Amino acid sequence: MTTATKESRRERPEHVRNTEEGRPVTFLEAIREALWEEMERDDSVFLMGEDIGVYGGAFKVTEGFIDYFGPERVIDTPISEAGFTGAAAGAAHMGLRPVVEMQFMDFISCAYEPLTNYIATSRWRGSGPVPMVVRGPVGGGVRGGPFHSQNPEMAFFHTPGLKIVYPSTAYDAKGLLKAAIRDDDPVLFFEHKKLYRLPALREVLPKEDYVVPLGKARIHREGSDLTIVTYGMMVHESLKAAEQLAAGDGVQVEVIDLRTLLPLDEDAIIESVKKTNRLLVVHEDTRTGGIAGEIAMRVNEKAFEWLDAPILRVTAIDTPVPYSPPLEDYFLPQVSDIVAAARYLVKY
Amino acid sequence: MAGQTGVAASGVIVAGLSREQLLEIYYYLQLTRQVEQVLTNLYRQNKVIGGLYRSLGQEATAVGSAYALRRRTDGTGDIISPAIRDLGALLLMGARPVEVMRQYMAKGDSPTGGREQNVHFTDYRKGYIGLISHLGVMVEVMAGVALSFRIRGEDRVALVYAGDGMTSTGAFHEGLNFAAVRRLPLVVIVENNGYAYSTPVAKQTAVSSFVDKAEGYGVYGEQCDGNDVLAVYEMTKRAVERARAGEGAALLEVLTYRRKGHAEHDAQAYVPPVELEYWEARDPIDRYEKRLLENGWATQEELEAIEARVAGEVDRARDEAEASPMPEPDSALDGVYGDRPTARPWTRLAIPDPHYA
Repeated sequence: MTTATKESRRERPEHVRNTEEGRPVTFLEAIREALWEEMERDDSVFLMGEDIGVYGGAFKVTEGFIDYFGPERVIDTPISEAGFTGAAAGAAHMGLRPVVEMQFMDFISCAYEPLTNYIATSRWRGSGPVPMVVRGPVGGGVRGGPFHSQNPEMAFFHTPGLKIVYPSTAYDAKGLLKAAIRDDDPVLFFEHKKLYRLPALREVLPKEDYVVPLGKARIHREGSDLTIVTYGMMVHESLKAAEQLAAGDGVQVEVIDLRTLLPLDEDAIIESVKKTNRLLVVHEDTRTGGIAGEIAMRVNEKAFEWLDAPILRVTAIDTPVPYSPPLEDYFLPQVSDIVAAARYLVKY
Repeated sequence: MAGQTGVAASGVIVAGLSREQLLEIYYYLQLTRQVEQVLTNLYRQNKVIGGLYRSLGQEATAVGSAYALRRRTDGTGDIISPAIRDLGALLLMGARPVEVMRQYMAKGDSPTGGREQNVHFTDYRKGYIGLISHLGVMVEVMAGVALSFRIRGEDRVALVYAGDGMTSTGAFHEGLNFAAVRRLPLVVIVENNGYAYSTPVAKQTAVSSFVDKAEGYGVYGEQCDGNDVLAVYEMTKRAVERARAGEGAALLEVLTYRRKGHAEHDAQAYVPPVELEYWEARDPIDRYEKRLLENGWATQEELEAIEARVAGEVDRARDEAEASPMPEPDSALDGVYGDRPTARPWTRLAIPDPHYA
């Protein structure tokens, strides 16, 4: 009698068999499948976080995992973001591949210390690689208030040694998360919670194993008159703006989805700017210190001669994220803001 | 180490240790102190670039505790993370004096290639993970090392050293609580040496002794005289064996004293001289020597021979470290990521004429 590994002998539960059976998956289900398949593929992958085991996670991403993989690989932690993030580093040093969930990415600030000082510097200090992923829900528009709506990616963008991923489609979410788990460097993985169950994002994914390489942007919509560089939720808002502009103004907007913020795919941005000669950066993150500043600088350095207009940005306002709908809608960049900025640039 | 003590060479004498082991402990105490003496001289000659953090008067805490571990050089033994004054533990685990000196002197062939300083360096095969300056994070990291032992079913133990000041950090709490609740094989040793930089213990905590915190975390706790190297060894051994047997984490406290300032630049004017005198009279190496001699476990000649052997080794290490090259400047670019290089400063490349580019 041959002995297969314990996982391959067991049948996957229904809720992680969508792709296997050719059914479309949501953004959230794509993430769940990536985690599941990576845990099946590699015994060294394990999960830690608050309420991820028995409860299945605040958003149910890891529902059913503890029953299948057991409590040593799906660890319910005390409320201690710094503690379990630091512990993940120790386990990663020893050859394991931890995937840590922040219940909301707002709480990653509690783990800023181990991430920026210890984890990001470890390889460079000669203390070895730290192959780990910190993932969790981000973003506003769900009336979550100041502490369940943040986009904290730029607090880490300035730290050499970290990688930052922020997908916008189910296909990318699955492929990028698999790439992140297999990567030998620490990766922060941002999942916009408004995308989790968005019906429009449901898609049938390839049945075979695939990864989306880190550090490569993607042209979400081709265009010739203006480039919008964006990521996450704003990819979809930018697409709506692009469609309005095409229909109403006859303007063809190219939408670039960065997918990975760090390392930044500078070549993809420069190439598009050389084609359209106009650049608008859109991010849901707040204005000052947002990624638009860095992108504008890179274009200034590498493609100054190709610009026919100033580089502009549409972003959230420089405040904490408000709770009340009129306030939050005012805070967040709207499709109409993107359209207005694009019109200004095209006329410039 | 031949000698005339009237005791069988391989027999257990005290604390489960043989005569060879007792002398080995003496060797490491001497090595720690003498390496630091050489470093002090190098510091005064401006050859140690950064700060020098001495463990004078508390060498027994580092040496006695690390001696209780399973030490290997193939990556299968126990793993420690030292605090800044645990040079002795590092040496016991297998760090070489020349490596320590190169670290302090910022040499290109130091264990970190000149990127990091003092005892901030790592060797997974020998079993030590370098600390960073942010105190407490190593308790979290070492809890994760212990977690990996649990997940893989290995009977190894993680030991992390904490100064009295480190206990006040949130990271210390989160790391210890994590290990406690999962009953991980983590031993935390609080080295209560009286001061965190200039801050006395009385301003660091409201408890009368750090071991009282063990109960609060639900872990095994014990305290001992940190200047009695065999007491430190025995106490650590108990906690390590408990952890190895799956009985969970431990919080140990050793009572010792920092006889130098925080670093060599610190004249420790905040310390009453009488305190220094008190502890100088309780020097851990003097005490151990006396005990070895009074019990007939070693002879004066043997101890002098060890001292002389260490002096020779340390001198050779110094010569070797002094002859080491400084790092190549652009080596700073390497290794931020595993799969991509860091960009060079463009102003140091051949710059094209902007008008004829």
